[in-house]
Amino acid sequence: MSARTFRVWRGDAEGGDFAEFDVEVNEGEVVLDVVHRIQAEQAPDLAVRWNCKAGKCGSCSAEVNGRPRLMCMTRMNVFEEDEPVTITPLRTFPVVRDLVTDVSFNYEKSRRMPAFAPPKDLRPGEYRMQQVDVERSQEFRKCIECFLCQNTCHVVRDHDENKPEFAGPRLFIRAAELDMHPLDARSDRREWAQDDQGLGYCNITKCCSDVCPENIKITDNAIIPMKERVAGERYDPLVWLGRKIFRKDKAPKSE
Amino acid sequence: MTATDRTDVSSPPRAAIRARHLRTDAWRRGPILTVVGITVWVAYATFRVFYQGDYWVADYHYLTPFYSPCISEGCVPESAHFGRFLPDHPLLPYAALSLPFLLAFRFTCYYYRKAYYRSFWLSPPACAVPDGHARYTGETRFPLIGQNLHRYFFYIAALIALVNTYDAILAFHSPEGFGFGLGNVVLVANVVLLWCYTLGCHSCRHVMGGRLKHFSKHPFRYRLWTLSSALNARHMMWAWITLASLALADAYVMAVAAGWFDDPRFIN
Amino acid sequence: MSDNTINDVEHLACDVLVIGAGGAGLRAAVEARLAGKSVIVISKSLFGKAHTVMAEGGAAAAMGNANANDNWQVHFRDTMRGGKFLNNYRMAELHAQEAPARIWELETYGALFDRTADGRISQRNFGGHEYPRLAHVGDRTGLELIRTLQQKLVSLQQDDEAAGEPESKLQVIDETTITELFTDGGAVKGAFGYRRSTGRFMAIAAPAIVLATGGIGRSFKVTSNSWEYTGDGHALALRAGARLINMEFIQFHPTGMVWPPSVRGILVTESVRGDGGVLKNANGERFMFDYIPEVFKAQYADNPEEADRWYTDPDANRRPPELLPRDEVARAINSEVKAGRGTEHGGVYLDIASRRSADYIKSRLPSMHHQFKELADVDITAAPMEVGPTCHYIMGGIEVEADTAASAVPGLYAAGEVSGGMHGSNRLGGNSLSDLLVFGKRAGEYAAAHAAAAEPPKLADEEIETAIQNALRPFGNDGENPYELQNALQAVNGRLVGIIRKADELEEALTELAALRPRIENVTAVGGRAYNPGWHLALDLRNMYLCSVTTAMAALERDESRGGHTREDAPGMNPEWRKTNLVVSLEEGAGEVRLTRQPVPQMPPELLDLFDPTELSKYMTPEEYRRDSPAGTPSAGTGPADTDSTEAEEA
Repeated sequence: MSARTFRVWRGDAEGGDFAEFDVEVNEGEVVLDVVHRIQAEQAPDLAVRWNCKAGKCGSCSAEVNGRPRLMCMTRMNVFEEDEPVTITPLRTFPVVRDLVTDVSFNYEKSRRMPAFAPPKDLRPGEYRMQQVDVERSQEFRKCIECFLCQNTCHVVRDHDENKPEFAGPRLFIRAAELDMHPLDARSDRREWAQDDQGLGYCNITKCCSDVCPENIKITDNAIIPMKERVAGERYDPLVWLGRKIFRKDKAPKSE
Repeated sequence: MTATDRTDVSSPPRAAIRARHLRTDAWRRGPILTVVGITVWVAYATFRVFYQGDYWVADYHYLTPFYSPCISEGCVPESAHFGRFLPDHPLLPYAALSLPFLLAFRFTCYYYRKAYYRSFWLSPPACAVPDGHARYTGETRFPLIGQNLHRYFFYIAALIALVNTYDAILAFHSPEGFGFGLGNVVLVANVVLLWCYTLGCHSCRHVMGGRLKHFSKHPFRYRLWTLSSALNARHMMWAWITLASLALADAYVMAVAAGWFDDPRFIN
Repeated sequence: MSDNTINDVEHLACDVLVIGAGGAGLRAAVEARLAGKSVIVISKSLFGKAHTVMAEGGAAAAMGNANANDNWQVHFRDTMRGGKFLNNYRMAELHAQEAPARIWELETYGALFDRTADGRISQRNFGGHEYPRLAHVGDRTGLELIRTLQQKLVSLQQDDEAAGEPESKLQVIDETTITELFTDGGAVKGAFGYRRSTGRFMAIAAPAIVLATGGIGRSFKVTSNSWEYTGDGHALALRAGARLINMEFIQFHPTGMVWPPSVRGILVTESVRGDGGVLKNANGERFMFDYIPEVFKAQYADNPEEADRWYTDPDANRRPPELLPRDEVARAINSEVKAGRGTEHGGVYLDIASRRSADYIKSRLPSMHHQFKELADVDITAAPMEVGPTCHYIMGGIEVEADTAASAVPGLYAAGEVSGGMHGSNRLGGNSLSDLLVFGKRAGEYAAAHAAAAEPPKLADEEIETAIQNALRPFGNDGENPYELQNALQAVNGRLVGIIRKADELEEALTELAALRPRIENVTAVGGRAYNPGWHLALDLRNMYLCSVTTAMAALERDESRGGHTREDAPGMNPEWRKTNLVVSLEEGAGEVRLTRQPVPQMPPELLDLFDPTELSKYMTPEEYRRDSPAGTPSAGTGPADTDSTEAEEA
């Protein structure tokens, strides 16, 4: 057990500042435990969003010492004994109060995402898919929607004006998931990713992958493959040439 | 390297936090090392490409990758495996056919893009550290939309890697016929590493099988994709190692060609 | 509270109001919307964060993909055995029959379950299930379920948009807590609550309401449940005039984490055992062989050799005792620790490292691997886990009609953990995900039908005003901090109403709870209304209190041990008690909890016939299962009914 200094940003959309708390920390604790202790003993109205406290729900996203993290998965022993711990709300989204932000941006983007299109000729119970064919999409379905990737992505974090055009990494993996789904009946996922989601804004600087608590390889396994799939249809000179030579109107089907 | 004071990250309705970022770790280290590494390499490569000498070891048929394929009329005839048809001019590299494409291949490589966008262009310099620019459109318009040509450059880079492989095989030579020296080890190692970089490229991964919807229907391509993916997982490592191996192979050939030291021979 | 609108109550109306956005709530919402009704879903936390995400192992459904012998009858049998025959047989029957269709349906919404070699949904073994039966995605099945339903809702919203329907046809209102239900002439007509983000109140008029609020686990200190699990639906239903049954049956999951203290209670999925993990005490002994109860001897191996053969040849061997129903395993662990054979931190070892390869463990149990690595610094591919029982699930809940999920209050429906009866005295792992799909759908369907026949209700200003006063009371009180009171409540439950119970301790619990009541009524919130967790907890406390009282009362009344209710002073099952459900309701006016007894619905002969009479004799009185008895209608001779044995199990 030791005493530590926590600097927690408190305030709302009108403004705010850091509040300092001296608080006890016990062996094996995570940042969220300490925040709860502050809440129970010093500031009962300290706003913090959390649910499962086991890294499964993705609610307690915040920035700890400047890095986007889940508070429940940030063990206290990653900090030096005398290092103050600074916690702020996610900086990309409007603040509600204290550590809670309004993450509705992400839900609005999900609302725009065309849903899974079931194959017309299969009834429930008739779906047959091979494990190797579902594995890629399964990786993206591990997403717990903590929105740390959306928060850390500089396209919207540093450029609020891009928000209307840019859906963000969380939705890119959704696009990839559906484009790679063995039975999804839509064929316009790539166009949609490029034209409606703003895939082209991504400059693959990989901060989304760096912060993902589920270790989803967002950039390597979703964004870049989607960029490649788009390139295959729009920018690949060989495909273009092939189309000219064989007078095909459409790109070779990816099959 | 422009910077701006305007940072949306700090103003309402977002949490009004004065500090532009609160990272306490050594986040500058990465971008600085990248800038230093790439600058040193580019300086060396520029010097060597325009040096137009000490690129061919006649006794052992060592040809540096920086001069392959050697197609200038200035090339030593024996080093030009594919003919000499380019005018000899000091501003025209001897491997002028391959070098621009290799450069473009690396310039549009997904890893290098990350590296230079972060370090040279500060967009962003590190995660959760503000972008150095007020406006940002990413790769949505000219010229950066051209990054989508990466696959095209990959195809050519793969051909050039074949040429490099051919060079490395021809280099098992001595005045007596077959020969094997330390230079061969250097050249072969370089070629192997180049293949690791090239075949692990994200575009290659896509072409091998990434573009398929059903792996189960294409087991062979699935194998290829798996292999490419395994290499791809370390793409950054291969990117840096091949920069080093290219420079090292070149420097080795230069040193032997210039007679700074003798190539240790194992056979002939 | 600078904003003037904060004091205006937001008025909304819909046909079907779904309270709770976990699996059951979302499934109900889908069904009600498909039936053409306007639907509002209230989510206590963000959309998609509900407790369902914590479910790891899978959803039980007798699809027969992994073992063709499986069918609904076998699943039904397992469910009844697991619940020690206290289940509402009709619910268990519907559940077993409809679960496969509910799972297959999810695939049409986009779910991606793990696959068998022939491309069908893979099914895994789990405690109490005779065949591999759990459709799963690694060990994050709950996440898959919630995300799939969440995305289905979004797709319905998109369909509405495309059809030019207003957005209000299907709305999800997140971070909102319902504090009151409004009734009129005994029927529900709406609900009242507040938005967490602003503290603004909301009144929703709706002729049909589905409660899908989950459980009560937050009333216990060591729990796998999140802060949301404060028994809101149980308490709302009671106050609206509905009845709760089986509240004494609380499932303690045998394997929660025990170290470090901050993660104590977090779940370690049963799949670890299904995939080969075994339990060992501090002496390294695989102790579960010593704890196989008489009723399960026929199905469980009594030696390690046979148990280990079962993983590869389940047809010729009996199952490992680690896969006994959860109540048995939890009690066994409890006994080992009490006998001084526990680990340093008061648990036992769950060892898969020495039995399976690292690659296997990582592919089958990725999130467990991750969880232990991140939270406890333990690599489960190299070292055993330390585990112990944790409060996990309440079998009891709102008494509902099996087919319609309707409570006793007209217009009020319940599905998922908040409903009672389906699981009897103990729930099998994997049966909750399928439960919430089966009965979520039914609740949505029947709530929509009820709404279609009902007049749009009107809410009166006075009742809203009263609800506002109730909700704001903590700001005017001068009592204690809600966190202290929650600790006090958790301490009482953990100490006196936990996994092993005694009459005198339960009496003590009731006394202590009674003493807590005025303190909870005087709980105090400080600060403003916008996102104030202290205030939120203050309001949740009264629900936790009410549920704790019902549990303690029922636990005191039932002097036998069965499933999730173990009485040290009354060991063993009593066949007489098997016939009895304990029902709680609130008395009109005073609001005191009243406990009554009620017979358990009797299984019809065709379901009784699914069991061997010898097995039934271990649970039932002879007249209940004997073909020649007047109680059961004789059926065309399917097997002998020749046993008179009535010996009760000695657990």
